[in-house]
Amino acid sequence: MTNTKKQLMKGCEAIAEAAIQAGCRYFFGYPITPQNDIPEYMAAQMPKVGGTYLQAESEVAAINMVYGAAGAGARVMTSSSSPGISLKSEGISYVAGAELPCFIVNMMRGGPGLGSIQASQGDYFQATKGGGHGDYKMVVYAPSSVQEAVDLVQEAFDVADTYRIPVMMLADGIIGQMMEPVEFTKKSEGRKLPEKTWAATGWDREKSTRERAVINSLYIEHEELQELNDRLQARYKEIQEKEVKVELYNTEGAEYILCAYGTVARICKSAIALAAKKGIKVGLVRPITVWPFPTKQVHDAIAQKSVKGALVVEISAGQMLEDIKIAVNGEKPVDFLGKPGSIVPTAEEILNKIIELGR
Amino acid sequence: MLEQNIFAGFGGQGVLLMGQLLAYAGMLEDKEVSWLPSYGPEMRGGTANCSVVVSDEPVASPIVTQATNVVAMNRPSLEKFESALLPGGNLFINSSIIDIKPKRTDINVYYVPCNDIADGLGNPKVINMVMLGAFVEVTKCVDVENIVAALSHKLGAKKADLIPLNREALKKGAEAARATK
Amino acid sequence: METVFKKTPVLTDAVMHYCPGCGHGIVHRLVAEAIDELGVANKAIAVVPVGCAVFAYRYFNIDSMEAAHGRAPAVATGIKRVNPDNVVFTYQGDGDLASIGTAEIVHAAHRGEKITTIFINNAIYGMTGGQMAPTTLVGQKTTTSPYGRDKEHCGSPIRIAEMLATIEGSAYIERVAVNSPGNIIKAKKAIKKAFETQLAGKGFSLVEVLSNCPTNWGMSPAESMKWLEENMIPYYPLGVKKEV
Repeated sequence: MTNTKKQLMKGCEAIAEAAIQAGCRYFFGYPITPQNDIPEYMAAQMPKVGGTYLQAESEVAAINMVYGAAGAGARVMTSSSSPGISLKSEGISYVAGAELPCFIVNMMRGGPGLGSIQASQGDYFQATKGGGHGDYKMVVYAPSSVQEAVDLVQEAFDVADTYRIPVMMLADGIIGQMMEPVEFTKKSEGRKLPEKTWAATGWDREKSTRERAVINSLYIEHEELQELNDRLQARYKEIQEKEVKVELYNTEGAEYILCAYGTVARICKSAIALAAKKGIKVGLVRPITVWPFPTKQVHDAIAQKSVKGALVVEISAGQMLEDIKIAVNGEKPVDFLGKPGSIVPTAEEILNKIIELGR
Repeated sequence: MLEQNIFAGFGGQGVLLMGQLLAYAGMLEDKEVSWLPSYGPEMRGGTANCSVVVSDEPVASPIVTQATNVVAMNRPSLEKFESALLPGGNLFINSSIIDIKPKRTDINVYYVPCNDIADGLGNPKVINMVMLGAFVEVTKCVDVENIVAALSHKLGAKKADLIPLNREALKKGAEAARATK
Repeated sequence: METVFKKTPVLTDAVMHYCPGCGHGIVHRLVAEAIDELGVANKAIAVVPVGCAVFAYRYFNIDSMEAAHGRAPAVATGIKRVNPDNVVFTYQGDGDLASIGTAEIVHAAHRGEKITTIFINNAIYGMTGGQMAPTTLVGQKTTTSPYGRDKEHCGSPIRIAEMLATIEGSAYIERVAVNSPGNIIKAKKAIKKAFETQLAGKGFSLVEVLSNCPTNWGMSPAESMKWLEENMIPYYPLGVKKEV
């Protein structure tokens, strides 16, 4: 019995391939570990599909090239890792303010500063609460397997186009470097994407049926700026209603609920198996969109009667922890396990912490 | 089945490839697999290792901290990962260049003189395939033919002439594993 | 009655916000006329800066994008790579291009990006209220060089046209001024030439325009034109710096 439909691919390469299959034809990036396999893959593959890969002079330039390409109506992306995302944050704010769609991958590494090149989840706040200036949001996907990352890429581009917003994939270095079997069979979810009538492609003042395109985030009159922000907030509200993705694993009737995203959620599943052997029923809530955050699902899983408490596990000092606490709203105790220094918690540590909570 | 494997050695021993071939073979058999390299400064000239999970169920953690099998291609790898083995686990030692014995007594140990066997085959590069032959013989994790299929995929048509040599290396490794028992 | 002059349709009817006597209005007109005369208004895209020309998208009657401070050449790169048939230009001041945006302009030139840059050098930050620019002359008083620019403390003014002319990917670089009718006619020719360079696919083109800032220089418009001629042109010599 052999399965030849699947390919064994590194997360970074699989994400790049998925982007190409999703119709992305423009990639602007800058080298930084641990995500170099994405630009390298794009450099090799884009010319074969008539696309453009361009190595920018900096992360700052790369995101502004993305801005230009998005403004011209293209499906476009960039990728980086934590320090590079900090540099891109100015540009991301402009992309959001100018209501442009684009896709950004962050293969998180340890911080602050130059940090390490090992996996981390220290950029949760940056991704979900801002990063750049102003009241903007990105839809942020946090895959926990290579296949899920691939499936979310198409979705990410479609969501970006639907709402005219930047969309981020927030993965840790493990997702990027790990090889797993993948299939590229996922079709678009059948969203009807709006036409990009706003794109700057050249305007004929006599013949054009559309208005002159002005891609802009400057609204010097405060009423106008308020209008932009009202428009954005309305869109964010709609996204919160329609685009939440979450996995509930073994949560029904669980004594303890683990909360984690990305690779850490998989380690939690190993811990759940270890706990089961000891007769402890543990469930997992795994946000797949960390923004919009699955506040209701988290609340409902943890507030159920059987649950004694929740344990949030992260490779950070406790960032998603805050959103979990807001969701639980004091109804159950919420504890935390994690370290900010790129040290990945083991399944055994998670199990021990659960046992400790039981005492 | 849940095989949690660590392959470790120094750069140039083909340790990462060994793990990739196992993962690929597992995938060909429709098993759930993951391959995770250690990456970072150590990949430049120091030790190299990877975690490979082969399972009937979807792989939970791809990071192996409690291993069912450990392959040590050099001494620092043995010293680092011996403790990661579960009781009753299998430890594969490249006895050509590792001159110490493991401390634990609750595990199965296989001594495979990879470098000597590879030299005997006339190509020192195949030490990883010798060890992989031993590994598959003992663990029955995957069918050895699928390792060959994985290697064929990796090598491509251009280097297909290398297959017989590698097949021989796998076979010699398996023989060495049987002899060590 | 014979029409001897009419405003180019590549400028909108919006009332410009520039100060009386400012050179920006002149340069806007020259750029718009060049685009009109080349017949490329329907495929031209303006990328406008942060600085006094921040509202230029209100005045150029073509598709436009506003860029973050200094990033216009990167934005233009993105546009041009998506639609190579577009005629893409950036319009940038000396704070935007010669200070915060040096990396972007140097590398756009270095890649031979087929875009055109109109660079307004008026030796000062205008929009923010007259601070020292990299192009501010030695001894020139600004709000952040109140005792005059001190070379020992903050270096000598940067000559962008000459610097970019050394870069392999640049195809046409010229410095002009808009202080006199004669120079304005030359400026128009240079701007047109720059667009023609882009249309011919030769590489990166830039026109550095020496302009005035009567408000922040603290002069009347007429005095500022005289000051430009006597102080700026000797340090920033006019002429073609590169042509391939």
